[in-house]
Amino acid sequence: MSAQSQTHSAGHAGHDAASAEKRSWLFTRPTAKTGLISWLTTVDHKKIGLLYAMSALFFFLVGGFEALLIRLQLAVPNNTLISHQLYNELFTMHATTMIFLAVMPLSAAFFNYMMPLQIGARDVAFPRLNGFAFWVFLVGAIILNIGWFVKSGAPDAGWFGYAPLTSTAYSNQFTKDMSTDLWIMGLQILGVSSVVGSLNFIVTIINMRAPGMTMMRLPVFTWMTLITAFLIILSFPAITIALVELMMDRSFGTSFFDVSNGGLPILWQHLFWIFGHPEVYILILPAMGVVSEILPTFARKPLFGYPIVVFSGATIGFLGFGVWSHHMFTTGMGTVATAAFSLLTMAIAVPTGVKMFNWIGTLWGGTLRMTTPMMFALGFMWMFMMGGFSGVMHSAAPADAQQQDSYFVVAHFHYVLIGGSVFALLGGIQYWFPLVFGRKVSESWGKTSFWVIFAGFNITFFPMHFLGLNGMPRRTAVYDGNMGWNEANFIATIGALILGVGIAIYFGVMVYTYFKGEKTSRDEWGARTLEWTVSTTPPPEHNFDVIPTVHARDAFWYEKTHAGEIAKEKASNALAEESHGGIHMPSQSWFPIVAALGILIGALFFVNHIMLGAIAGGAIMFLGVYLWAAEGPGGYHIHLDSKKINKH
Amino acid sequence: MSTHSATAAIDHHHDHTTTTGIPNKKLFMWAFLASDCMFFGALISTHLIYRLHPTPNQPDIVSLFSLELTSFSTFILLMSSLLMALAVNSCQKGHVGATRKMLLGTIAFGLIFLACQVYEFSHFVHEKGLTLSSSMFGSTFYTLTGTHGCHVAIGVLWLVLMYIRSFKPADGSPWVLKSIMHLLVFVLVTVAGIKATLGGVHAFQAFGASTDALAELVQHDLPALIATLTGFIGLLFFGRSAKEVEFGEANAIDVESMGLYWHFVDIVWIVIFTAVYLLEYL
Repeated sequence: MSAQSQTHSAGHAGHDAASAEKRSWLFTRPTAKTGLISWLTTVDHKKIGLLYAMSALFFFLVGGFEALLIRLQLAVPNNTLISHQLYNELFTMHATTMIFLAVMPLSAAFFNYMMPLQIGARDVAFPRLNGFAFWVFLVGAIILNIGWFVKSGAPDAGWFGYAPLTSTAYSNQFTKDMSTDLWIMGLQILGVSSVVGSLNFIVTIINMRAPGMTMMRLPVFTWMTLITAFLIILSFPAITIALVELMMDRSFGTSFFDVSNGGLPILWQHLFWIFGHPEVYILILPAMGVVSEILPTFARKPLFGYPIVVFSGATIGFLGFGVWSHHMFTTGMGTVATAAFSLLTMAIAVPTGVKMFNWIGTLWGGTLRMTTPMMFALGFMWMFMMGGFSGVMHSAAPADAQQQDSYFVVAHFHYVLIGGSVFALLGGIQYWFPLVFGRKVSESWGKTSFWVIFAGFNITFFPMHFLGLNGMPRRTAVYDGNMGWNEANFIATIGALILGVGIAIYFGVMVYTYFKGEKTSRDEWGARTLEWTVSTTPPPEHNFDVIPTVHARDAFWYEKTHAGEIAKEKASNALAEESHGGIHMPSQSWFPIVAALGILIGALFFVNHIMLGAIAGGAIMFLGVYLWAAEGPGGYHIHLDSKKINKH
Repeated sequence: MSTHSATAAIDHHHDHTTTTGIPNKKLFMWAFLASDCMFFGALISTHLIYRLHPTPNQPDIVSLFSLELTSFSTFILLMSSLLMALAVNSCQKGHVGATRKMLLGTIAFGLIFLACQVYEFSHFVHEKGLTLSSSMFGSTFYTLTGTHGCHVAIGVLWLVLMYIRSFKPADGSPWVLKSIMHLLVFVLVTVAGIKATLGGVHAFQAFGASTDALAELVQHDLPALIATLTGFIGLLFFGRSAKEVEFGEANAIDVESMGLYWHFVDIVWIVIFTAVYLLEYL
């Protein structure tokens, strides 16, 4: 870092240094690069990505712990380990946590960290808004989980909160219950975070690509980020409205979902699944993107059929909006609607299968290197395919009528969510660990964790197919011993414990590696995309010493094979950049976290029906946003030592 | 970010610092509006679905509405879009004074629309007995039009903040406290203005277009009228300030993004006006 110098400018970039002294303490931008303040005020997409990753992994462990309790309760028939009420809270919070607080933010972590690096940008389009999205996410996570620590308990109406379970008549039957209000508020706030974050990613990918980075040269992970972001901004409004209507029902006396006053509970199901089905693609498309990065790197081949893989992703995203009613085949929609949604659901298997064949095409004839990330990616292919097969079975409405609400469904979505999303994301962590921390997990321990997770996962969830076909309904806290479900349940619980051990090994090894792991070279895997062209690992704050010029789809591969040409180009670009004032970086800011804090305060008061407090929270949020606007974007310049650039 | 924005002509339709040439803020707003389409789509669908499944306690809707009042407020909202477009245009030409006037006009029209909605809501609740829980129609009607009203209110707040922003001194002298005072003046004008408009609509409904109506308005709401008028005249007067400000052509993109939002809220109102009001008269 000694080779750099910084100049600070306030307000607009045009008003350099001169006006800096006049700024009041209120608008003095924090400059800490390390320590607590640097994290609280950060606008660096890499730091925000790490914040997302740490929160997501924490909630992943919380959700896993909840799952283990569920499995322990189901280990033997007529078990009395936990109460029915607690069981309801556990399965509701397990699902809500894993979907909204673990897999989505872990994907967001990769979006944040990798996407700007992959397109050759120095940050996202709106850096402070990016920080805001994370802090709002944390607020939503706190509100969802605060129920564990208050008398009314955690939310217990199931993760899709079907009416009338969420009505006051049910949940307020005995005591004043705010758990459902907490659930509504928490999801609402998480929606704000996801939409704000996604808008930022969309603008970043469309508008901040490096020269030469055309859309059809974007790494597939970035493409999936873009498609996922569109899915998020277009599907979350549906659940926002559903939750608004539910909140109106619970707090302001409307009757949107109240049958006794003419409400239609089926409307909730439609609104929820119009969001809920795109949501499952929000969970899986980023994972497909990660796998599409890992496979070519370790097969030493370009991705097979790149345009087809991209268009398949877009087709999945598009069709994903037209299949929501396959969650509702048993509600009596009528034969035409059922047939239409059945057909569309079968159609969506086609682009998914196309992707699978392209990945196989990538592996075919490649020089495979069986590293830990590669193991996870291959595990993903196999396990996700299994989940896909049972998914196609659900698409046939008559078959689905038998499988609806049984453990068969539980088996299916755990195969696509763990075997799919989680395997790919765990592989992604191992793949990019050398880039982010400059160290890597030892192959033997990494593969051990993979095999234990793989075995535990299959032992847990494969028997559930049989349980479901034998009629065991999901969300059952106890079952009788003579139903024929004893053995499969016991095996599943053993499997869950093995899976827990596997995850423990994975996390233990990851933490060990962070402190003591083997140091890696800058291009540890011999990779092909721009994120690996950074000058150091971990990447410097400004990402790229010189904004790269992209000449080919596998940009870094091209750079490696055209070293001389690229060095010349970089040297001249560096001079040009320095003559324009150096590397421009966004300033840190306190106000995103202040605005998010206002949301936290306001939401907690609102849930408790203390409207004065809610208004106070809103006022804090407004003040945060106001000062955020008043302080301006800010920014400073970094000047690199020219020798350093030439060396690079 | 160009460092010579004061001298070079700004191309308002092409931003050379982005890959596509579309300014980031504009792209952001377009994407947000796509999201907001789904938002209103879900709400309007809810309303229409429940109109197709009416509940027995549903009131006589046509006798509920005052189509004259709603047509008037619709017209006002549409005209506010014209003023908004003019504000964007003046800002792109660097005319700060004209921008301020047009913003103020947009704010005033937005507030008239909101006041009409406040009148409509209180009229429905107190005289027609339509509440959130009186019937399903009440639930969907208030939720849908109320959400749209919130959008307009947020738009007005944004316009006000942009208006205040146009006074940020160029010499970097302290400004935040002044801007908050400015905001408080707006709050007063808003409260007084809505009270005066409410009185006006009420008198008009009671006495028709006559001098009696005017007398009634003056008699009941003189303080509010005076406060509104002095407030607006004061704002116009201070809006003429020719002090050097850090606001001009470079901010046209901010005004334009805000304008996109404002126009969108207008267009949504056209859909709501058609679906919720006009369809009932078929």
